[in-house]
Amino acid sequence: MAKTRLVFSGSGGQGVITAGIIIAETAVLHEGLNAVQTQSYGAEARGGATRSDVIISDAPIYFPKVVQPNILVCLTQTAYTKYVPSLRPGGLLITDTRWVSIEKTVDARRFELPLTDTVSEKIGNSVVLNIAMLGAVVRLTEVVSPDAVKKVIKNRVPKDYLELNETAFDVGFDLAKKNQT
Amino acid sequence: MSRHLKFVQGNVACAEAALYAGLEFFAGYPITPSSEIAEFMAKRLPQSGGKFIQMEDEIASICAIIGASLTGRKVMTATSGPGFSLMQEALGYAVMTEIPCVIVNVQRGGPSTGLPTHVSQGDVNQARYGTHGEHAIVALTASTHQDIFAITVDAFNFAETYRTPVILLLDETTGHLRERLDVPKKDEIATVGRLKTSVQQGVDYHPYLPREDGRLPMSDFGGAHRYNVTGLFHDMWGFPTESPKIVYGLIRHLVDKIEHNADQMTRWKEYYTDDAPTVLISYGAASRSALHLVENRRKRGEKLGLLELQTLWPFPHALVREKCRHARAVVVVEMNMGQVLQQVKLAVDQPEKVFLANRIDGELITPTDIQNIIHVIQGKGV
Repeated sequence: MAKTRLVFSGSGGQGVITAGIIIAETAVLHEGLNAVQTQSYGAEARGGATRSDVIISDAPIYFPKVVQPNILVCLTQTAYTKYVPSLRPGGLLITDTRWVSIEKTVDARRFELPLTDTVSEKIGNSVVLNIAMLGAVVRLTEVVSPDAVKKVIKNRVPKDYLELNETAFDVGFDLAKKNQT
Repeated sequence: MSRHLKFVQGNVACAEAALYAGLEFFAGYPITPSSEIAEFMAKRLPQSGGKFIQMEDEIASICAIIGASLTGRKVMTATSGPGFSLMQEALGYAVMTEIPCVIVNVQRGGPSTGLPTHVSQGDVNQARYGTHGEHAIVALTASTHQDIFAITVDAFNFAETYRTPVILLLDETTGHLRERLDVPKKDEIATVGRLKTSVQQGVDYHPYLPREDGRLPMSDFGGAHRYNVTGLFHDMWGFPTESPKIVYGLIRHLVDKIEHNADQMTRWKEYYTDDAPTVLISYGAASRSALHLVENRRKRGEKLGLLELQTLWPFPHALVREKCRHARAVVVVEMNMGQVLQQVKLAVDQPEKVFLANRIDGELITPTDIQNIIHVIQGKGV
């Protein structure tokens, strides 16, 4: 497989770092792949633009940062503006329609998904926006299997919130599926 | 799939390894980017019957582990640059009194409080020379979680074998990075226990009288024997002395027990050094970038090699000299102003062929940064 380089970006508290950890942990624990996860960590961790870098590969991974993502998720306009120039031409761009308006043409497979709106409508709790985003990423990239991701979610999420998170994952997954055609 | 497979931060890999090595006591004061080690210990150490104490500062932390070690426990503390500065005085006390302990310094940008959340390798010389007076020290590092685990166990083993403080110089990048860790099975890596005296209670015990092999068996302080421990030069009873003969003997012993066993403590990895006209020397997070470049250039037929150092002190001069013998250029990749570079220049036959590829702005040096510098050295421009 080619090296998959993902950047999940948004603002502090949206859960992009947790989402990055979950997909990377899935690759390592359940798919027999290598993965590394890093995050911008500092003044930016509160508000502003937060990002979580993940590299997934079947080969060893040495340099752990993502310079040029081939999969970029932006959950805020600020993150979009800051990180979209680094997207590998022809890569995959996923944005949230509620928070991001695409300003200029980008050479990418673009998916403008109503993630926040759908989560609000179907679940009514925006805390699981990151998990819905993860569902969409898993559907569009197929880098790990949805069942394996759910195993990791089950291990990481408190029991009382498990169903909420599983539903959110499915909502994101189905939303991406619908937009693929 | 192995139930020992984990996906964790480097700090957690270090902490897991400390438990594996038999850690029983941890005292610390949380500081970025090392806090996850204390956090892990606060939860896990009591579960395995050990003790965790959050102290009022780093001075108290290192003093607490020194005291606990003297009572027979395996001990560790973890900090970053500012805390490591505060620990220097007691570090010298542990050197002088020959008390085994492991001190983790997850390096961040300095001097002073510097860059709390950014990477640096600026404390290499501090580890060696930070505490005053002539002495020797052991300082180790690693770049992957699997290696951090192994080197942490080594740190405990060296501390016990040579009765010395051992410094683990990690860095913010590897400390916070998450990747796979396959926790070795019990007994897969050998662990060295405390060498305890066979002298019975009621018989004179000389805390600083070496056995024939040079090692000093310990007696748990507060246990069977009464003895003195001091940072002053001391005799075999542990009492202060100014006798030039004893002073000379002790300082020679403190230095020689490390320097004469340097080969036993030299850990390194090498990649394609045999045929490489350009050899990179690196360690810690910087060596991940160096290896990335080496593997990429090899695919294109460019003969780059890498020597990754894991033992920084005592510095492996003989190893470096050997591995660089046929190189036309040696490039030291590190995130400081050339602290290991200076040692490499001392080690090789032609110091003028040694160059520095560094970054000192708080960002991890990239493979492209290194390649650009190599191009300049080779006269190819950037």
